[in-house]
Amino acid sequence: MYELIGVTKQYRRGQQRVDALAGIDLTLAQGDRLVIQGPTGGGKSTLLQMLGGLDRPTSGRVLLDGTDLAALSERRLTAVRGQTIGFVFQSFNLIPTLTAQENVETALVPLGVKAAERRIRAAEALESVGLGERLGHLPSELSGGQQQRVAIARALVKRPKVLLADEPTGNLDESMRDEIVDLLEGLCDEHGLTFVMVTHDSAVARRAPRLATIRKGRITIKENRRTTADRVEA
Amino acid sequence: MFFTYLRRELRRRRKAALVVASGLALGIALVIVVNSVSSGMSRAQGKVLESLYGLGTDLTVTKAQERPEAGAQPQRPRFEFQGKEDGKEQSSDRLMVQGFQTLADSTVGTVAKQRGVDKAVGGLSLVNLKINGEFKRGEIQRGEGGQTQRGGPGGGTGGPGDTVTGGGAAFDVDSFTIYGTDVTAPDLGPLTTSTVSTGRTFTTTETDAEVAVVDSAYAQEKDLSVGDELTVKGVKFAIIGIATADSGQSAAQVYLPLKQAQTLSGSAAKITTIYVKATDSTRIDAVKTAIQKNVSGTTVTTSADLAQTVSGSLDTAADLAANVGKWLSYAVLLAAVLVAGLLTSAAVGRRVREFGTLKALGWRSGRVTRQVVGEALVNGVIGGALGIAIGLAGAYAVTAASPTLTAELGASGGGFGGGRGGGMVFGGGPGGARTAVGKTVDIALTAPVSVTTVGLAVLLALGGGLVAGAFGAWRASRLRPADALRRVE
Repeated sequence: MYELIGVTKQYRRGQQRVDALAGIDLTLAQGDRLVIQGPTGGGKSTLLQMLGGLDRPTSGRVLLDGTDLAALSERRLTAVRGQTIGFVFQSFNLIPTLTAQENVETALVPLGVKAAERRIRAAEALESVGLGERLGHLPSELSGGQQQRVAIARALVKRPKVLLADEPTGNLDESMRDEIVDLLEGLCDEHGLTFVMVTHDSAVARRAPRLATIRKGRITIKENRRTTADRVEA
Repeated sequence: MFFTYLRRELRRRRKAALVVASGLALGIALVIVVNSVSSGMSRAQGKVLESLYGLGTDLTVTKAQERPEAGAQPQRPRFEFQGKEDGKEQSSDRLMVQGFQTLADSTVGTVAKQRGVDKAVGGLSLVNLKINGEFKRGEIQRGEGGQTQRGGPGGGTGGPGDTVTGGGAAFDVDSFTIYGTDVTAPDLGPLTTSTVSTGRTFTTTETDAEVAVVDSAYAQEKDLSVGDELTVKGVKFAIIGIATADSGQSAAQVYLPLKQAQTLSGSAAKITTIYVKATDSTRIDAVKTAIQKNVSGTTVTTSADLAQTVSGSLDTAADLAANVGKWLSYAVLLAAVLVAGLLTSAAVGRRVREFGTLKALGWRSGRVTRQVVGEALVNGVIGGALGIAIGLAGAYAVTAASPTLTAELGASGGGFGGGRGGGMVFGGGPGGARTAVGKTVDIALTAPVSVTTVGLAVLLALGGGLVAGAFGAWRASRLRPADALRRVE
């Protein structure tokens, strides 16, 4: 599914050069689940943006199903994002003026889905995250957990192959956190998605079968055997 | 999604939208009001000129000013009274050509033959001056013997020490202007700016008839009506119609057939002014040049020349509207568009995460840009509608208030029309008489709004919206999703 080969990303911050990613090699198969941890400014979000085609590496290749995202035109890259990749953000990033249903519909607009079908699919997606009764609510009328559910519905409504989540529980309390992680894991399993999540939360990280840590732009990956064993037992 | 998103955004940011729309509205309203007032001014100036010229007249031809010969006395009216008995009334009636300059009426034919001339008609402007009154003899007081003897005109002799007391003269001066009109050409010349409200106008056969049309203001002053008689230099004219000037003052107080006016004033085959209609109103300057070149000794005046002599509050207001008003309105509009642009750009700045998210979801830059431009355009349309409404209301208010402007027509206009009041004739000399042609006309200002003005307003509104949208669109299109999301995380 994903193959990252020697990916680097450098920024200039004033006169200083910052190596956000310093030669990342990473392989992810379809349905893999990876949690990324690391200190602030270590390069977690940058790596997620490379995977999501939101940014381009300074060097190296980001292959998604054999296509190098770094070499695609802006137009093609936008199309890949629209069709293949779902995003969930820490701050939910919902459009404040649109209802929950309309927010979910925004993910179907780039695919050219007709309005009537958009409405049906958005309603189904919201139903699947337990917000079937909140279709007409504005984000401001929903709790943080509910807003993140809307964001998850928006990410999944287009039936992507990949789900990328950047601190999805960062703005939620503990009970809500578990609920959202359960929901994400459940949906990814159900749809067979490749799931990459950035988190600071060790409790969330412990649940992942693979844990990547990024420090100073370099990645180390550990298999989480206990979780894998738990899952096998289950 | 486009319209839903647009509607929701405008509703949510209605205060910002209202500020942008109000700015544009103010600019557009100003443009409408200033444009309509400007066209009202032009219309008023046109009316002023029409009141002198007559409808359809493109230019006038008068005799060129001549330099008086060395030692020659300038022409001026002269009255002679004979010594008569005490208390005996004496009167003198003088009919003079206005400006004392005449052209041979054959010039009309010459002018009519010029290239570009559609029609030419001659007219004679006169002033009738009547002085009526009596002398009273003074009393001679004898220095010696205490005898009193009456002095008299040419008579009586006084001794040394005699003094004359009392005596004097009381004379009324009455004057009115006369225009000798060519009754065979009723559709050209000064009478065309008046409407015959009572009675009738001249028929084309009344070339030498003793009939007169009187201006309504003069008729009221002298208590004249249709059927009455008016005596001019001893000749009685039957009043056949009362004419009311369509705007401003009438060209003359009494209209007579041209031939009668010529005979009475001793100006046989003479005219003062030729009124010319050009075949093509866009080639008036060429016609002017042709007449000046081919008909010597004449002064040709176009309405443009005459417009330059218009002064007074109308001219001041017209200048204000044309210069200060127009530039002010465009400056306000430009400022409004710039403010709208900056506000739109600032709004995009506040919505970086929103647009970044949409781009992350797969929205193309074009779609995001369209959304921004759409919002700005709707603001422009709202501003335009508001501006048109305010502008129309402003123009209506100006028309309803109808402020009166005074137009003063300068001396250099060149010998047509006629001023009221005989006093001006006493100015004496050709130069003085020419100065006396100056005329004051009161015109009510209107502010007509043309379809073109409204069209211009619509274009300005859409243009303003697009320019404002372009500011924001430029910013939105340059937004990279990673930067947008990174900046707000």
